Amino acid sequence: MKVNEIVEKLGLKIFSGEKGLAKEISGGYVCDLLSDVMGHADQGNIWITLQTHKNVMAIASLKDLAAVVIVKGFEPEPDALEKSNEEEIPILGTDLESFEITGKIYELLK
Amino acid sequence: MQYKFEVEGGNFSKAGTASSEVKKILNQLNVDYKLIKRIVVALYEAEVNIVAHANKGIIDVDIDTERIKLVLNDSGPGIPNIEKAMEAGFSTATQKVREMGFGAGMGLPNIKRNADILNISSETGKGTSVEIIVFLKP
Repeated sequence: MKVNEIVEKLGLKIFSGEKGLAKEISGGYVCDLLSDVMGHADQGNIWITLQTHKNVMAIASLKDLAAVVIVKGFEPEPDALEKSNEEEIPILGTDLESFEITGKIYELLK
Repeated sequence: MQYKFEVEGGNFSKAGTASSEVKKILNQLNVDYKLIKRIVVALYEAEVNIVAHANKGIIDVDIDTERIKLVLNDSGPGIPNIEKAMEAGFSTATQKVREMGFGAGMGLPNIKRNADILNISSETGKGTSVEIIVFLKP
């Protein structure tokens, strides 16, 4: 499933990185500890987190993730948006909590 | 091939810049993707350690056909007990760094898991030297 299909089906907000919306999603990873994501997320994963700073995008780029979903209505910081556009990795948003959005994404991907 | 990168202590907005550059170089050299992944994880963690703990640091990258050698020298507080620092979950990171999602005590274990050879030497009050080697041939 592609990033834009998930955006459409779940009504996610697109903050940035629109050029990456056609990326294929290989699976998901949910964590707010950056080193855990660095160590264990896989290429093409959609990453669900409450972190909003630029280092999230550094990790998304280094790990070749498909997209980042920021939960609970939090908004990414401006330099994170910039990096997301540059790397063409979308930052998406939802008002839902991690547990709920993860369940919905899991249902779509399984 | 040799490359050198400077790392600024405390500047999280630039954390990962060197790792990103090294990833590009390795992609250009057509290094196997699985090896690149390991190298990038190890280097990123070591780079973030400089940003989180030291005043400044230099990363020397040396690549030949056999291996990539990453040497990170920083001027910082040093590590009083390296064995303790290697334990998963042990961290001396500040509250601010932890709130960003770093400082969970997973960095050095991540480096160890992804490096073929890891050497750390440190002098309290002066700084730390981390050497990471990943073999490029099976």
